[in-house]
Amino acid sequence: MAASTSTDTNVEVLRRMMLIRAFDSLLPDLYTRGLIRGSSHAAIGQEAVAVGACAALAADDYITSTHRGHGHTIAKGGDVNRMMAELMGREDGYCRGKGGSMHIADFSIGMLGANGIVGGGFGIAAGAALSARLRKSGQVALCFFGDGAINQSSFHGVANLAGIWKLPLILLCEDNRFAMSGRAEQMIAGGDPVKRAQAYGFPGVSVDGMDVLAVRAAVAEARVRALAGDGPTLVVAACYRFQGHFSGDTQSYRSKEEMAPWLERDPIPAFRSRLLAEGGLTEAEADALEEEVATSIAEALEFAQASPWPEAAEAWEDVDG
Amino acid sequence: MAMPERNVVEAINNALTEEMERDPRVMLLGLDVGRLGGVFRTTSGLIEKYGASRVVDTPLAEASIIGASLGLAVSGMVPVAEIQFLGFTAQAFHQIGPQLGKYRHRSRGRYHAQVTIRAPFGGGIRSPEFHSDAVEAQFVQSPGIKVVMPSNPYDAKGMLLEAIRDPDPVLFCEPDRLYRLYRMEVPDGDYTVPFGKAVVAREGKDVTLVAWSAAVELCQRAAAKLAEEDIEASIVDLRTLVPLDVETLVNAVAATGRCVIVHEAPLSAGFGAEVAATLAEEAFYDLDAPIARVASWDIPFPPASMEHWYLPSVDRVVEAAKRTAAA
Repeated sequence: MAASTSTDTNVEVLRRMMLIRAFDSLLPDLYTRGLIRGSSHAAIGQEAVAVGACAALAADDYITSTHRGHGHTIAKGGDVNRMMAELMGREDGYCRGKGGSMHIADFSIGMLGANGIVGGGFGIAAGAALSARLRKSGQVALCFFGDGAINQSSFHGVANLAGIWKLPLILLCEDNRFAMSGRAEQMIAGGDPVKRAQAYGFPGVSVDGMDVLAVRAAVAEARVRALAGDGPTLVVAACYRFQGHFSGDTQSYRSKEEMAPWLERDPIPAFRSRLLAEGGLTEAEADALEEEVATSIAEALEFAQASPWPEAAEAWEDVDG
Repeated sequence: MAMPERNVVEAINNALTEEMERDPRVMLLGLDVGRLGGVFRTTSGLIEKYGASRVVDTPLAEASIIGASLGLAVSGMVPVAEIQFLGFTAQAFHQIGPQLGKYRHRSRGRYHAQVTIRAPFGGGIRSPEFHSDAVEAQFVQSPGIKVVMPSNPYDAKGMLLEAIRDPDPVLFCEPDRLYRLYRMEVPDGDYTVPFGKAVVAREGKDVTLVAWSAAVELCQRAAAKLAEEDIEASIVDLRTLVPLDVETLVNAVAATGRCVIVHEAPLSAGFGAEVAATLAEEAFYDLDAPIARVASWDIPFPPASMEHWYLPSVDRVVEAAKRTAAA
């Protein structure tokens, strides 16, 4: 579906954004009910980045994801049933309950792993990109990371590698403005993070991360460059984390006034309105889409709860070969 | 006037507040330590009191936080760095063991690095791998780093003050499961708890439990249960792994002739192995039973839904203690 702008694809783009929203919206309730334990991170408000980026990729292109990664997996075509089971620690989860929210992986869709440590995905994505070139497979690798991770040394090491080796790599910075309480404008030297690409000799592109088609276009262009052998691109998608860093975050570091204009730019109603206005979708179809998504999530919940717990003895399996 | 009661978070906050007041060179740095007051609120209120130049919100960059702490220390400041979870020290490992730990030795004693690294750690709060990993033994293998593991609010304050004043680097591991579990008397004002002094936290004649940090609290619960079955366990709280108080350890184990070591790290090559080896060397002829270890399993830290099963439990400690007492 790379670079396609057909109405069908746009409807699918909207559906996946809605699915991410519905999935992550459930987290607080699931936590309260004791169905998921421990912290998890919602990407509500950032759906356009995940879906826009993955809509520009081929099915077998690689992605690496973050601690806030449910959306990336769904955007790449992940199965919400198995994701939900994984969050609940059940046998039918993607990692048979051993990965949890922050370590979902599905190689069959090119999803090489979410990562519980910030900056954990850079090296993996670079290696996959190098492998794709060595194997002449025609794949690219896209590394999702945040404005916090761009200050980790692993970013700089990999940006340099990708630059000298002209790797087919897309470094996609989801600039949601916050590394927990750390504000991007106070933590990133040199101001706009997109300028960092210049130091490593490849293009840096800024894109409106609340506009799913803009993200898709920017990543599609980066993908063309990567496959042409012209090397990596840094894409910085400006977006906003609508909820706290994790479910218990009091968010004392930001105000309602600051959040308001971002909330008004919610990418999902915006894209829905756009499709309605352009005639690509009718109200009835949009409503049906909402219902379809709600059904998928309800089914995922049922699937996950029906899935057995792993056996205790399985804990020793797979520590080594 | 009654002595104030504090939990671990409050004790740490109190220690930092008093030490920043006492010594203008003391400063804090780390992710979220300032405006947010720390992810667990241990540094709450400090930026308001001492300003953003002494309570520094850093970018998310663990290696840089520790590297910069070393630079601060060798140029006149006394940094107290926070790494949000001990498992995140993996991102900074080179800066801790190979750099920070070696400054004094490498310079033949001309220079030293007065750096404290505070790091919450441990399981039981339903946080996942990286967040919960008990990797304290990795730093025991890095000579030059003191490894400090308080188990209660009183020790947390006294040992943090000791750490900040220590001329050499100290890794101060905070038991996050105990952060708000209970309060105890923690005085206002200055006091320190010296390093290398273990304490017998409970007297008992039948078996000696050896633990540190949150595992001490676990042993207390296990000992209470054992007492119901007329087995009296003593508990040694090692308090610091480096330096290790061999004398207190050996005397307490020799007194019962029976020893169960309890820790949250995976079994193999955990610090319990060092304790067992030390006892084999120093207390062999006083032992009446094989030394037992209760630890986490040799697998990666599991998701929250399974951690109760992965971590040492009261039942596992009781079972090991009964087996050892009867041997």
